Order: sequence, then C-alpha cells, then structure tokens
Amino acid sequence: MRHLLSALVQNQPGVLAQVAGMLASRGFNIDSLAVGETEQAELSRMTFVVRGDDRVLEQVRKQLEKVVTVVRVHDISSEAFVERDLMLVRVECPQERRAELKDLVDIFRAKIVDVSRSALMIELSGTEDKVQAFVDVLRPYGIMELARTGRIALVRSSSPDRSERQSVAS
Amino acid sequence: MAQPNSSTGPMTGADILVEALLREGVEVIFAYPGGASMPIHQSLTRYKDKLRTVLPRIEQGGGFAAEGYARVTGKAGVCLATSGPGATNFTTCLADAKMDSLPMVAITGQVPTKVIGTDAFQETPMVGISQQITKHQYLIQRTEDIARVIKEAFYIAQSGRPGPVLVDIPKNIQQNSIVPDWNSSMNLPGYRPDKKISDAELDKALEMIRSARRPIIYAGGGITSSGAWDELRAFAEKSRIPVAMTLQGLGTFPADHYLSLHMLGMHGTVYSNYAINEADLLLAWGVRFDDRVTGKVEAFAEHGKIIHIDIDPSELNKNKKADLPIESDIRYAIGQINRRLDEKPLTSDYTSWHRQIDQWRHDEPLKFDAVPSKIIPQQAISRLWEKVRERGWLDRTIVTTGVGQHQMWAAQYFRFNDPRMWVTSGGLGSMGFGLPSAMGAQLAYPNRLVIDIDGDGSFLMNVQELACVKTENLPVKVLLLNNQHLGMVMQWEDRFHGGNRAHTYLGLGDDKPPYPDFVTICKGFGIASKQISADSDLDAALDEMLDSDGAYVLDILVPHQEHVLPMIPSGMTVRDMIKA
Repeated sequence: MRHLLSALVQNQPGVLAQVAGMLASRGFNIDSLAVGETEQAELSRMTFVVRGDDRVLEQVRKQLEKVVTVVRVHDISSEAFVERDLMLVRVECPQERRAELKDLVDIFRAKIVDVSRSALMIELSGTEDKVQAFVDVLRPYGIMELARTGRIALVRSSSPDRSERQSVAS
Repeated sequence: MAQPNSSTGPMTGADILVEALLREGVEVIFAYPGGASMPIHQSLTRYKDKLRTVLPRIEQGGGFAAEGYARVTGKAGVCLATSGPGATNFTTCLADAKMDSLPMVAITGQVPTKVIGTDAFQETPMVGISQQITKHQYLIQRTEDIARVIKEAFYIAQSGRPGPVLVDIPKNIQQNSIVPDWNSSMNLPGYRPDKKISDAELDKALEMIRSARRPIIYAGGGITSSGAWDELRAFAEKSRIPVAMTLQGLGTFPADHYLSLHMLGMHGTVYSNYAINEADLLLAWGVRFDDRVTGKVEAFAEHGKIIHIDIDPSELNKNKKADLPIESDIRYAIGQINRRLDEKPLTSDYTSWHRQIDQWRHDEPLKFDAVPSKIIPQQAISRLWEKVRERGWLDRTIVTTGVGQHQMWAAQYFRFNDPRMWVTSGGLGSMGFGLPSAMGAQLAYPNRLVIDIDGDGSFLMNVQELACVKTENLPVKVLLLNNQHLGMVMQWEDRFHGGNRAHTYLGLGDDKPPYPDFVTICKGFGIASKQISADSDLDAALDEMLDSDGAYVLDILVPHQEHVLPMIPSGMTVRDMIKA
C-alpha cells in the first residue's frame, strides 16, 4: 500500500539529509520525496510517498516525528486532499508529428514550453495517475528526457465527502 | 590567569562555550585536544577552578567516561574532541549512548568555516556522520548561536528519552569575539518531550490490571532514565505483582526483594522467562522489546495481553504489538496508577501465581558448579558481591563492565539493590566500555567504590585509560576475568559451530604463560595489580583489592570452558532454553 505523508520541518541546513538518512537507515521504501518552502519562511514542507502496510506507516510517521527538526507530520492519505505532480518531458517530434502531439498536449491540458526542429519540451501537472497516463501516451513518440517533482499535496479545507471531492480533483 | 568577565563585554566563542557549560551545571569534561579544539582547551584552563578537565588517552575513552558519568548521575556527560580522527573516535560512543538512552553532549572542533567542504586537514563531516547515531546534532555557523545551541543541546540530551547530542564548532567560530546573549530562547518547535498518560488510558490500564490473574512487570532502562524506581517499588508492593528486569533495568527493583525475578531474556533467569511466558498480563514499562529480551518476538509473552508504556512513541508497536500502547513518562504513569490503587486497592489474589513462580525459582535457580582448585568467573563475581555486602557497601558500589560473558555473569551474580549502580553497554554492546565508564562513574562519585568487572578482550581495547586513571588519581578497581579468549563468541562457537575456534583465542599458546602480562602492563602504568589463579587465593586477593586506596587491577586467570547459562539462543523461544 502507498501512503502520502506530509511533514513540516525547520528550514535549516541538513534537515533533508537527516530525514532521508533516517528513512534509508531504517529500510523504509520511499517512492518519492518532494521538498519546498511554505508560507512561513522558517518552515519547509516535505511530501513523501511511502510504501508499506499500516504498521510501516505508523513507524515512518513516529520516526519522522522523532527527528528534532521535524515540526509536524500529517498522514494526508487518510483525509481529503489535493495532490499534484509536476513533469517536464522532452519528446522526439519531427515537424510532421507536431500537430498530433499538440492534440495530445491539449487533451491532457499540458503545455509546450520549448520547441526545436526535432523535439518538444512539455510541461504537465496533475495527479500522479494523470502524469503517468501522459507518459504512457508519449512513450511511442520517443521520450528523450524526463523530470518529475514527485507528489506534493495539501489537505482540503472542508471535506464533506472525500470520494466525491477527490473525483472532482482528478 | 584572569577569568574572562562573563557578564559584560565581548567574549571569544570558546569562552562562551565553556561559560555555557557552567550554566548547565557541568562539573567535569572529558577532553582530548587537537588543532581544531585548541581555543576551547585554552579557555578550559581559565575556568579550571569551576570545571574539571580530564584527559583520556583516546577520544573513545572520553566518550565512554561521559556515558559512565551520565548513567550514574542522570545528568548529561560531556566530552570534547578535535576535528577529523578525534571526532570520528566518538562515533562508537554516540551510537552506544543512543542505544542505551544516555544523556550526553559531545563537542567536536571543526575546521574553519571558510575551508569546510574542501577536504581540509583533519576535516570530517561530523554532522553527517552522526546523524543516525545521535538524538540531534549541530554544526554551529555563528558565534552568536553558541549560547542557544548549548542550551538546546542539554535540554534535548536530558529530556524525554535521553540521548546523545553532537555539537560541531568550527575553529574560527571559537575564536570570534562577540557579546553573548545568554537570554536567547530555544528554537525547537518540533520537540515535545513531555508525554503523559491520559485518564482514559489509566482507566483502561487499571481495568486490565484488575482483571489479570498472572500479571508480571517487565521493567527496563526507562525506569532508570525517568527515575521511577520508587514508584515501581510502590506499585509492586501494593499489587504484589512480580518484577522481571532487563539488563538496563537491573537495580531499579531490589534484587533481594521477594517479588524480584531478576533478569529476563537471553541470559535471564529460568523463572523470569517462564513467568513471562505464562503471564496473562505483561506490564512492559520503559522497555523496547529488544531481540536479546524477546528471542522470537512472535512467541514472546504469547499468552498474555501487553500494556506497553514508553516516553518514545516510536517504541510502541515497533517490535511487538501492544494491546494497550501508551505514550508517557513512566514515572508519571506509574505514579498515577499508584494513586488509582490507593483510591481503590487491588483485590486480586495471586497466591497460586506466586506459588508457581516460587516453584520455578526453587527448581531452577541461577547456579554454577565450582571447579576444584580453580576460580571460575561466576564464583569470582559472587564472592566479590558477598564481600561488598558483608562490608555494608552495596549501596555505594558501582559496577561497570566490558561486553561478553563476564558482563552477563556480572548481571547475573552481582545483585543490585539500588538504581544507577550498574553501568554496562547493552544495546550497542561495545567492548572496551568497562574501564573508561568506570572513570566517569568515579569522577561523579569520588567516595564510592567503582569496580570494572571486565574480560581480557574488552579490557585490552581501552587499556590505555590506565594512564588517565593514574594521572587523575582515580581509585577504580578492575576485576579482570582473564580466560585468554573472546568468551561469548567462543561460547557460540561451542554451541553452534562445533567448537571451531575462529580467531577467538587471544593467547600465545597453551604451553606459554597467559598473554599479555597484565601485571607488567599495570606496572608500566604505575597501577597496583596482582595475578591469581587458585581458589584458595581468591578471598585474600579480593580483600586486598577492596582495601587498596588507589586503583587496583586483580587479574584472575579463569578456565575458558565456562558458558553463560541459561541461554535462549538468538531468535528462539523459552522452550528452546539451554540450561546445561
């Protein structure tokens, strides 16, 4: 099972290494880890995708909370949330296929951000599933380079019905 | 030399550091100098009337000494090393203190900030190296931060579940002068060490305790750390529930008490392990279900429910799922449980449970068979304990150990009635711990008897600290159980590898005298010592050691054939216990 955890950490040198080192040394499996600033200058947010059963999740959460510079840990996947993954992808694109690719970009509500004679760079943000679906669609064209941020997420302000809100989001 | 004025005017970072240590109540620091820590050493000479600086002979000795100090006092032990190799020599101590939850503040010099990251002479990235083996770590980047960081370091080391904190200070930060701000507040928004049992949890715990018919207490190092021994004893006596202790729990409940089942686990007593196995309720208090306690964890206490109380939430449900996991300071929790029992006493009748345990205790006590004319290790430790008891010194005798067979025999046969008298490396199992940790304990309590019960392998690992013992005039005693082997590994070879000796023999050969000659080594260090091997010499030699004013090493040649028993082999169950 995969879980989404969000941790607020003190914005200090070494925090990322400390957290990543803890996860590695205790043998936890992390699918992705995204770090960035928050609304408060002294705090950063780390978003993790952790693989494991509930017991593993409980340990990861508690071990994270034990790190002195970790201020708060949130198990986002137990609540209604919005998640996004950002991707930049360079795909082979001879001129005769540009229109075809442009159609796909529109269908996925992606954006072309760089063009050359033989390639396109495309930006896409969305849920992990959506990004993955786009990658699958692009693959036959020839993916030259790809970069993803990993998932980031925030809990919704109000969540009357989780499944309903999630379907709106995707 | 004049003392720096601490109230007004600029001070160097080194002076601020030392002044900050004084403000934390530090009385002794174990410090080995080098290029990157020299400014601090210079400062220490200026504060020598208030703070004793002890020079170990390797940084690891200083770190272990700080742990010994921490274990017997409950206060953070403090040690200092230079950058690079000095700092890396601390790593075993940091890992050791982390595993055994000992408060420690380890300070390391670092190369100047402008050359950090350039592979400068004696540069090592200590913050990175120590990240997973400390509770927290700092690289100080501004002299202005020293006062706050030291305040935080001591607070983190000594609160919650105690542990080691590393503070790495670049040399230029030590040399800069600023006007310190002693009132700067701590910045620890994510650190919330105070955990207290809730009323709802108390209700549930009391309900489980009241309905149990064969309950048992499994008491660990948390009882020591939180100072909960009085509460534990009050609870046990109120409830008449027997107490089994972990290696680090020894002394938290009196060994000579009727309700004491002594140690449980791999080399625990037969009766404590039977009792755990048969219990219908396990009160797991200040423990972490270590594999050396549980053996095969699925089968451990499999017939009972578990109430696990610990201040570290990550220990709950980590190794063993508890029926009632509670995050709490254990002293507070037991105190609250006692209060409930005072309001409404327990009415359970454990007569048949006690009778069953009495039967086990009677049938299979800890025992050893003497070997004619020889001294075996168990006998030497038993006799030492008897002598200390006869002299009425049990309440002021501290025992430290190395790691191995002698350590387990010391746990089994030196019977502690008081807490913080037993200093041993349990979680990490660091050989070489005995002598330096004894130095730390002796410095904390100059008037107590401090005995390092050691093995020849462990003792040799930090034998250089005899120089520190001598120069600091520490009257530490060493009961050296010299069997010329790495006994515990040898025991496993005998049991599981057909007795094939794989680099566990330390001597020169059976036809040669024991090696090395510890009496000659002690002579070189200026330490009194004697070697004996006949049982007829044991009593007189022990008396001579106990009567000696200064340090003393009693080198006892013991046969190597003895095994630590009983033994539940690693990963197995109480049914697999080896008794002979």
